[in-house]
Amino acid sequence: MIPMNHYLVVSTILFFVGIYGFIARKNMLAVLISIELVLNAVEINFSVFNRYLYPERLEGMFFSLFGIAISAAETAVAIAIIINVYRNVQNIDIRSIDKLKG
Amino acid sequence: MEFTLLIVAVPLLMFFVLGLAGGKMSHRAAGVAGTLGMAVAAVLSYAAAFRYFFAEGKVDGVFQEIIPISVEWLRFSDKLHIDLGVLLDPISVMMLVVITTVSLMVHVYSLAYMHGEKGFQRYYALLSLFSFSMLGLVVATNIFQMYIFWELVGVSSYSLIGFYYTKPSAVSASKKAFIVTRFADLGFLVGILLLSYYTGTFDFGLLTGDKASLVLESTAGLSFMGVSVASWAMALVFAGGAGKSAMFPLHIWLPDAMEGPTPVSALIHAATMVVAGVYLVARLFPVYYFAAPDVLAMVGYVGAFTALFAAVIAVTQTDIKRVLAFSTISQIAYMMVALSVSGYGGHDGLGYMASMFHLFTHAFFKALLFLGAGSVIHAVHSNEMGDMGSLRKHMPITHITFLIACLSIAGIVPFSGFFSKDEILAAAFHHNQLLFAVLWVVAGLTAFYMFRLYFNIFWGKAKTYDGRHAPHESPLAMSIPLLFLALLTCATGFIPFSQFVSGDGAPFATHTEGNIALAGTLAALAGILAATRLYRKGGERPAKIAASLGGLYRATLRKFYLDEVWLFITKKVIFRYFSDPIAWFDKHVIDGSMNGIGWATQQLSSSVKVFQNGKVQFYAFVFVAGTFVIAIWALFL
Repeated sequence: MIPMNHYLVVSTILFFVGIYGFIARKNMLAVLISIELVLNAVEINFSVFNRYLYPERLEGMFFSLFGIAISAAETAVAIAIIINVYRNVQNIDIRSIDKLKG
Repeated sequence: MEFTLLIVAVPLLMFFVLGLAGGKMSHRAAGVAGTLGMAVAAVLSYAAAFRYFFAEGKVDGVFQEIIPISVEWLRFSDKLHIDLGVLLDPISVMMLVVITTVSLMVHVYSLAYMHGEKGFQRYYALLSLFSFSMLGLVVATNIFQMYIFWELVGVSSYSLIGFYYTKPSAVSASKKAFIVTRFADLGFLVGILLLSYYTGTFDFGLLTGDKASLVLESTAGLSFMGVSVASWAMALVFAGGAGKSAMFPLHIWLPDAMEGPTPVSALIHAATMVVAGVYLVARLFPVYYFAAPDVLAMVGYVGAFTALFAAVIAVTQTDIKRVLAFSTISQIAYMMVALSVSGYGGHDGLGYMASMFHLFTHAFFKALLFLGAGSVIHAVHSNEMGDMGSLRKHMPITHITFLIACLSIAGIVPFSGFFSKDEILAAAFHHNQLLFAVLWVVAGLTAFYMFRLYFNIFWGKAKTYDGRHAPHESPLAMSIPLLFLALLTCATGFIPFSQFVSGDGAPFATHTEGNIALAGTLAALAGILAATRLYRKGGERPAKIAASLGGLYRATLRKFYLDEVWLFITKKVIFRYFSDPIAWFDKHVIDGSMNGIGWATQQLSSSVKVFQNGKVQFYAFVFVAGTFVIAIWALFL
């Protein structure tokens, strides 16, 4: 059986790649994908901890399923927003929408 | 006697009507409305005087204080509260009659004098406001109510002096009058606070009642800088009175106040407002007499000096209204001296009675003089004596009435001034020979400068007025008040005043003392004779005498440089050494610290606002970095 640490290393790498992508990418779609990476890292952790620490229970697995569902919904909303931003400013550079401060 | 409230209320009502709706009325309607309002107040005053003196005022042969109306206005503590009400006693009823009569005459006179002036309605509204304030002042039941109306009088006087507000000299005169009297009122206010702090009351009845025992007991043994607290309080109150009544050295505003319309001078600066100080001292007379006799003596010396000082200046002035202004200062100082040489009760109270008597007669003949001067100015369009002369042929009514007033103020039998001045001289003679001597000299000077004025206006060089608008007698609305006041000047001397007004309310008998009357009349005749010889025919003699006096004459002409002294004190001393440092402190320290706080806030916010740039990724970065910082802090510290 693969030790738990290996999974955790993968998920940590995934998490920070996501963070880096979120901060560094200009394209909003790439930013959205980065968010998905962060979420997936978290979901891996849920599943792994559930499987290794409490194999007789299922809450972690269900939480992962919830997360997948919610990220799907969130992506739908985010893409709708991105389309609207494109209609307004003719690009999807995340730096071009800084008019919402306040 | 509740209707006496109306005497005060009707002018106030007229003020609001004329002040708010005056602009929509025609000149004539506004003037007539104001005059009718004043006429109502005058009739009510006469009714009040009649009922007070002959029916309701006297109980067991002594005039009582009647307070028909009193409303609590402001309560400070169990004992200390300010009431607003109406107080009737001999002097307040007498003042009601004087004020409403003179004010009515001035209202009628102004219909013609101010005819066609811009702001006619405003003028009448302000006259009503002034009459209201002055009436409220004299019927005040307590010292604080008096103070309130005192300030109202100051404000309305300010706006009337500055009536011609496009004229710079009128504006500065009104400011001067207001600031000088206001400065004096500061003393009055401090005096009131001292008095009420120790006695726990503002009420005149309590303060003066029972030989001022309340003041004596509450301040017994207390002194400050070697002077008793009661004396301090009363001296400060007198300072307020000295400001309004133009006592030396606070008299400087009154001559300048002549910039106002002449009827205003007659009303405010001859008959009513300027006697407020005398009225104040008379109102608090028992307190002065029993609790602060040293202050009362000081009042006498200040008064005597002012009387002499103003009379000397009046001799050299060439502006006819200024001569009258200085004569007013001198005559008011006369009243002050009379108060200070008075005792309390019975024949000792002669000075008190004489002071009120002189106030009464002076109000009429001085108003007459001012209105006469106004009539002359109306005809000649100048205030300067040099532009007048031989007007007796052109203006017979003005001439005769002016002569009557001059004879009265000079103190010639049988005009009213003789009787009141004689009582003052008698009272002074029996209490203080020095004051008597000064007053006697002033009596001579008064006769001299009044007849100098008279001859310069109505006699003198035969002046031809052709080439210019020839002078003519004033219209009826102006001569009727003149004639009426002249009638009063002839008649009021015969009122047995001591039967009505006395320090303690009990009537007493007076008799003319032959030698004092003779001395006074001789002084007056000498003054008149000198003036006749110098000025009747005109000529060069007065100018020669003036030249031979040299510097003394010039100093007198410039009013002994007192205006300059005050200017020096205010500009060079007070402004430079007090106001400027305070202004610097205000500008740099107070404003500076406030601006500093603002500046620091601005700096802080501009250094923080770079974090609020709206860039989502930057926010996320800060968020993550913050998380790292907290995580590291939690792990290693």
